[in-house]
Amino acid sequence: MSDKRFPSPFEVEGPEGVDGWEELYPYSVVFSEDLREYEDNRFWFWDSMHWGYAMTPWDSTFLELAIASLSQFNSRHYRIPPADGIDFRVLYGYPYFSPVTIDDGARIESRVPDFVERAGHYFMNWDQLYDNWLGKIKATIDEINAIDFSPLPEMEDLAVITDGIGTGSGQRLQADYHRFKDLALQVWQYHFEFLNLGYAAYLDFFGFCKQAFPSIPDLGIAKMVAGVEVDLFRPNEELKIIAHKVIDAGLARLFDDPKNVSAIQAGLAGTEIEAYWNEVSDPWFNFSSGTGFYHYEKTWIDYPEIPYAFIRDYITKIEAGEDITRPIEAITAERDRVVSEYSELLETDEDRQAFQEKLGLARVVFPYVENHNFYIEHWTMSLIWRKLKELGDTLVKEGVCREIDDVFYFRRDEIDEVLFDIYSAWAVNAPNRGSKYWPPKIARRREIVARLRGWNPPKALGEPPEIVTEPFTIMLWGITSESVAGWLGSDDDDSAVSGMAASPGIAEGPARLVFSPDDIGDILDGEILVAPITAPSWAPVFPKIRACVTDIGGMMSHAAIVCREYGIPAVTGTGFGTSQIKNGQLIRVDGSTGTITILD
Amino acid sequence: MCEACPVIDWANELPTVRSFTARKVDASMTDHIVWFDRYEPKHKPFVGGKNSSLGEMMRAELPVPPGFAITTNAYGLIWSDKALVDDINGLLRSIDHDDLAGNREISNKIRNRIEQSPVPDGVVADIAEAYAALCRHCEVDDVPVAVRSSATAEDLPDASFAGQQDTYLWIRGAGNIVEHVKRCWSSLFTDRAIAYRHSMGYLHEAIAMSVGVQKMVDPIASGVAFTLNPTNGDRSQVAVDASWGLGEAVVSGEVTPDNFLIDKVLREVIHREISDKHVEYRLTERGVVEKMAVETDRRKSPCVSDEELVAITILARRAEKHYGCPQDIEWAIDRHLPVGENVVMLQSRPETVWSRKPKKPIGATTGDPMHSIVSTLLSPMHNKSDGE
Repeated sequence: MSDKRFPSPFEVEGPEGVDGWEELYPYSVVFSEDLREYEDNRFWFWDSMHWGYAMTPWDSTFLELAIASLSQFNSRHYRIPPADGIDFRVLYGYPYFSPVTIDDGARIESRVPDFVERAGHYFMNWDQLYDNWLGKIKATIDEINAIDFSPLPEMEDLAVITDGIGTGSGQRLQADYHRFKDLALQVWQYHFEFLNLGYAAYLDFFGFCKQAFPSIPDLGIAKMVAGVEVDLFRPNEELKIIAHKVIDAGLARLFDDPKNVSAIQAGLAGTEIEAYWNEVSDPWFNFSSGTGFYHYEKTWIDYPEIPYAFIRDYITKIEAGEDITRPIEAITAERDRVVSEYSELLETDEDRQAFQEKLGLARVVFPYVENHNFYIEHWTMSLIWRKLKELGDTLVKEGVCREIDDVFYFRRDEIDEVLFDIYSAWAVNAPNRGSKYWPPKIARRREIVARLRGWNPPKALGEPPEIVTEPFTIMLWGITSESVAGWLGSDDDDSAVSGMAASPGIAEGPARLVFSPDDIGDILDGEILVAPITAPSWAPVFPKIRACVTDIGGMMSHAAIVCREYGIPAVTGTGFGTSQIKNGQLIRVDGSTGTITILD
Repeated sequence: MCEACPVIDWANELPTVRSFTARKVDASMTDHIVWFDRYEPKHKPFVGGKNSSLGEMMRAELPVPPGFAITTNAYGLIWSDKALVDDINGLLRSIDHDDLAGNREISNKIRNRIEQSPVPDGVVADIAEAYAALCRHCEVDDVPVAVRSSATAEDLPDASFAGQQDTYLWIRGAGNIVEHVKRCWSSLFTDRAIAYRHSMGYLHEAIAMSVGVQKMVDPIASGVAFTLNPTNGDRSQVAVDASWGLGEAVVSGEVTPDNFLIDKVLREVIHREISDKHVEYRLTERGVVEKMAVETDRRKSPCVSDEELVAITILARRAEKHYGCPQDIEWAIDRHLPVGENVVMLQSRPETVWSRKPKKPIGATTGDPMHSIVSTLLSPMHNKSDGE
């Protein structure tokens, strides 16, 4: 092992003026003296792909729910032979992960029969279980929708008396909050019900291809597996349909100023377009402009100016005579060509048979890998954030919060106490303490989070790993012992930027740095998008840009899938692209080799 | 002398040249000329490896420059000169395989003897007629041609004779062609060729010589392409070496070529290494090939575009499919052909290094997908390189 190591989590110097930051997160996720020996001897990497910004207390809930659920399916459900879960911590507001490798051969061996039986059952019954999953997700969404966070009434309804209900609104508010937390965990359990197995089957096909064709680009493998008609692309396709309808109705000029939402809504009132919008927007426009993990990310359904701007761009293209329809037949034909040509290049018929079988399984599981993102990260998470804002509204009304978004500065379990405080004050009809106790605390927490946001967290902490076996760590974050060694060895050579060859082709153009989804509207035709990460909902800007560069992301990251779909060169996972490339600089992106050259 | 070597026997018993003459009377094929575009597989024994390869490429609709083969029948006719046969057998018999310097001298004598003998009139007339037809076809007077030897035992996957027979470029006029045809014939008797046959245990008579005459391309750039990745045998890639002008600069080692790796299926350049290509061989206005310095701005520029690389890849794949095994291809980009049609193939022959490895299926395919997934999980990607 190299004697180089990353900084110890106990030595990292945080930003100034954040004393007490630990209080924003549960005690169990903060690095501590209690577990120092364990924590200091592990490898931890920052998941900047999902959490690129410091988390507010409530937002960090989803770090816990997601990673505990991921781990549970590895360790306790499917018994992935060489890997238990991923341990996680929060350092100065940023999440760090540490995959738990099993390196005892006998233990690995003993898990194999259970894995084969359990994972085998899912693989054998995948389609039926997936249909079942869709039903479970929709039922959970209905339940979350039914959660009632409305303020406490002056007096209970008469029906509570006449129906003999026997409980009141204060109990309802607390019970619904408990239920809400349970449903949030439930949906994150469902998130990983299939995903770990999806990655395992994909890795198997991936590994076979790498053995058959040692230098096959990852892209070639992804192209064979990728679905053609995927739910994740549906929101963008709906925008194109609406753009056509708007032109057909002679209403194109209405969209010239997409920020003028009320004018557009008035112009569409009573039209067939409005009816169509209402029909498709829920669920399809429950589409976040980010990863879905932050409460402030804007969704299309709540911020129609975002989809309006995309519709305006599509209208411009249609009016210029461009065909914006997705060439499904051509995409399918290309995928078939790629498969048949790789198959033809295999040396033996046995290989061809194995190739077909593995590809078959990968294609059965892959729609889940692609689609779960829409159902959970976009649809369900949009709803969860909306519900929490309803709760925030109630807390404002009760005087505990100054503004709705203050609700995200409570740890989730603190709200239990807050709600009891409110309830009991309401019941007694006396002042609650929360109105005095919380506002200064929340103000201080806001200040801490703002300072944490300005901090630049280290990429990794602790000992570089000798071996990585956990499928997500490899597939999603692209972390292997080699790639980590590369981080340690990288000198900051400013003229060369390189990353993963995520979508082929070469393009030159001026760089446009985008750090926030709010800035995607600034992107001009012919620019190259350079961002920490991109989100699937940025898809409509891809026809405008020449290429895309991201700091973070593996081959299977959500962004990479969309980049390939839109056929523009992309280099992902450059690590430092946004700090090395300056806004407006002329750059050349080679998406086939994963290199970026700064030409200015 | 080497006692164990069977080559010695033929020298004593003189069977060699008699069997060459015998080929002439082969009833199935007596022509002196076979046009590449009329080539059929039955012609292979008479036109040799390289020429049949060009003919095969024409049949597979691979864009090779037009031309014709002068068959081994024509070569065989020179051995009807009894005095020539006697002189050469005498010289061969005097060889001591341990005396390298002496052998070079004997080889020179044999080659001179062959080159100074007259070519039979019928052969000269047939070559002149074919060349005139080629000039008409190309709409060029005295069209420059490449004259290449094409030995009948050459290009076997198990016996690389590379570099042991001659190629003459930019030859114009029927008379010059005839002179260079003789040099090709005599190149069967270079000291290296003689020593090689000796060491491999091949009889001299086992090898006859056909000669290819093919319109010269005037390449902007040229090079070779392997239909696999030579570093790891990956058959989904084409490896291309390319440099400015004719291929000589690379063959002679004077220039490090640009090196590319192109994915056959995705048709994308996945690796590129651009070298400093300081010299190139080009045809001058005087009709001769000269080494020239490359201007500064071209030296470090890629000598082929991505579109051309993809065209080379598609052709290479077509060739590989046609022959049913990995190929080693020579290609050029012709200055005089329009973009989009300017990539021509000069030669295609079997790749010999990776093709010899036995084919074996990947991993243990038990037909049980779970078993395979388990083994994938147990040998994770960290030790599977990206190929870069």
